[in-house]
Amino acid sequence: MVAIPSRHKSLTLLAAMIIAQLLLLAVQIKRDQQVRLIRVWAVDLVSPVQRLSSWMIDDLGNVWGGYIGLRHARQDNQALRAELDRLKIRNAELEGRALEADRLSTLLNFRNSHTEVPMLAARVIGASPDSTSQVMFINRGSRDGVRRDMGVITPDGVVGKIIAVYADTSQVLLVGDKESGVGALLATSRTQGPVKGTGEPRLSLEYISNDEKVTVGEQVLTSGQDRIFPKDLPVGTVVEAVPEPKTPFMRIRVTPAAHLDRLEEVLVLLSRQEFTPKKEIDASTAPVIAPPATGQTPARPQ
Amino acid sequence: MENSDVYVGPEPHIEVYKYYGGVVPAAVILALLLQAFFPIYFHWAGYLELPLLVTLYFALSKRNPSSGLMLGMAVGLLQDSLSRTPLGLYGIAKTMVGFTASSIGARIDVEHPISRFLLTIAFYLFHHAIFAVTSHFLLAQHGEAYFKMPLLIAALVNAVIATGLFPLLDRFRRPS
Repeated sequence: MVAIPSRHKSLTLLAAMIIAQLLLLAVQIKRDQQVRLIRVWAVDLVSPVQRLSSWMIDDLGNVWGGYIGLRHARQDNQALRAELDRLKIRNAELEGRALEADRLSTLLNFRNSHTEVPMLAARVIGASPDSTSQVMFINRGSRDGVRRDMGVITPDGVVGKIIAVYADTSQVLLVGDKESGVGALLATSRTQGPVKGTGEPRLSLEYISNDEKVTVGEQVLTSGQDRIFPKDLPVGTVVEAVPEPKTPFMRIRVTPAAHLDRLEEVLVLLSRQEFTPKKEIDASTAPVIAPPATGQTPARPQ
Repeated sequence: MENSDVYVGPEPHIEVYKYYGGVVPAAVILALLLQAFFPIYFHWAGYLELPLLVTLYFALSKRNPSSGLMLGMAVGLLQDSLSRTPLGLYGIAKTMVGFTASSIGARIDVEHPISRFLLTIAFYLFHHAIFAVTSHFLLAQHGEAYFKMPLLIAALVNAVIATGLFPLLDRFRRPS
């Protein structure tokens, strides 16, 4: 016969009796706020589980939402970056157009103030690949009435002359080129002399006698003697005037009036008619012409 | 005893005593009454723990953990009901004493007066330790240091009382 002792039964009974008496005490004892101990135990037992559940649910929710949000945020981020890039390009384009509009407005204003002189607006479309020559290409050609040896100017001053004409384009020799020459005169003394290009940014006023009084800052204008440019168009400003001991002529350096390194729109003089001095027409009253699109002929004012 | 027979239980040489009907309840009630009565007239009676001694005696004698813990719980709850302590405070302590004493009683000789004396001291301290822990954690009563002289004196006093009480209670054993 196998008789198993009642040790496990007695331990179980002990635990049950102890627990029962603990519960009995918990029902009787009141803790702070007059809350029975058994309620305190019940709350203490449940609240950690509640906190843990809440934490898990919140964290899982945040992780899930964060994952989805991050996924979408990544796509949104990429889309926003692409749109930002596009807008940057568009902004740059608009800024360029605004600057172009300003330039064209100046051109238009100049042309409207000299309506007696037929002029054709043109856009610079290229430069010479050869660094030793200063030539550029414009988007006007024979079909637009451009002919060889027509003068090219900006409202600031003389730019150059047409040296080659094609159907829709023309080549312009800038005044800074070594092969270039413009008939000019000093604005104050009216002393005439050719202005030649040096291949450098500055021009050279030739054949002015050492005896002449030339001051730095004196304006140099076209003389009209070259039969290309009309008279009294700005050529440049004297920046150096030094008598040459070895020659009878002065060494005179002239800064071009036109910004030859920043040409974008120019005017082609269709005739050698002289400019009569007139006040600039107010830009607000001048007819506004939309800037031409790239490759298109600019609209002519009515 | 053959090898195929496995007897797991109390050692054969340890006897389990039985008592005449009513002795246990009468002893318990008498102990409680005297515990409530004596301190009124005798100040030193405050050191007595007669319910504990009764619980200890019968638990050691019966050597049955289940009956020992039940007896201790009953005595403790009765003591709680007669005092201002919450029900279960003495109950838990005496439940543990009853269980432990019954378990020990099944293994060692508890008839010798010296063993009874020492066991009484040990269980008195054990009883009050359980009571202090329970009070501390449930009643939030942060009492003084447990080991103090009055407690040790009380333990000795009860041990001396037990050396006279236990043989008296032995007379009420039913012959086997």
